Amino acid sequence: MVETKFSDNVLTAKLYGEIDHHKAPAIRQKIDGQTENLRPKELHLDFSGVSFMDSSGIGLIMGRYRQVSLIGGKLKVINVPKNLQKIISLSGIDSLGVLK
Amino acid sequence: MNIVNEMNLNFKSRSSNESFARATVSAFVLCLDPTIAELSDIKTAVSEAVTNCIVHAYPDTIGTIYINVKITDSNKIIIKIRDTGIGIKNIKQAMEPLFTTSSDERAGLGFAVMQSFMDNIKVRSKENKGTTVTMEKTLYRTSYDKR
Repeated sequence: MVETKFSDNVLTAKLYGEIDHHKAPAIRQKIDGQTENLRPKELHLDFSGVSFMDSSGIGLIMGRYRQVSLIGGKLKVINVPKNLQKIISLSGIDSLGVLK
Repeated sequence: MNIVNEMNLNFKSRSSNESFARATVSAFVLCLDPTIAELSDIKTAVSEAVTNCIVHAYPDTIGTIYINVKITDSNKIIIKIRDTGIGIKNIKQAMEPLFTTSSDERAGLGFAVMQSFMDNIKVRSKENKGTTVTMEKTLYRTSYDKR
């Protein structure tokens, strides 16, 4: 579901499989735990392994944006597959400047 | 408009059933030979509607979610997702993007996604009786074998 890696003050969370309301809480918990402990300058959410996502994934991105902003860090959403771009663009999160 | 195929599904409002619901509906409509994008739209809309039932219709209980899918001879898919939960007080407000009553990390985009990913959506609700969401999508590239 999620694998994390920390180097050069960047915490990268690589997400796998399907993200929905059932799966999101465990992913959130793991990323928030690591963010709190490591206090990274940047949090990268890597979506390359995500095959499906509903609006729970948008909630997950918005929530991590808030969490990492609270500790003065920045969020980057990377490697968004083509099939997720429709929901990402509908959500308006590109206006946060986090999409890379 | 004739119905050429139909299926019914009911299951408990457990969040673990969200993936079961969207996978089952998408498997049923595969006979229409949808594009990957169309299938992804349908899966996402079903996931949103079922999640609404789990989170909002049955907030403190486990109820039953009923799904009916019809396919017409004009390649229209009609998906009805019904619950017998607490109902929606103000449908217009519930359908506004970013509106959410949930304290959990919800984006408030469920209905916006359903509206944008399907051709049209109708919501009927009665307090303490339940809610029915009906969504339609016509597939154009298909040649359905009615056997």
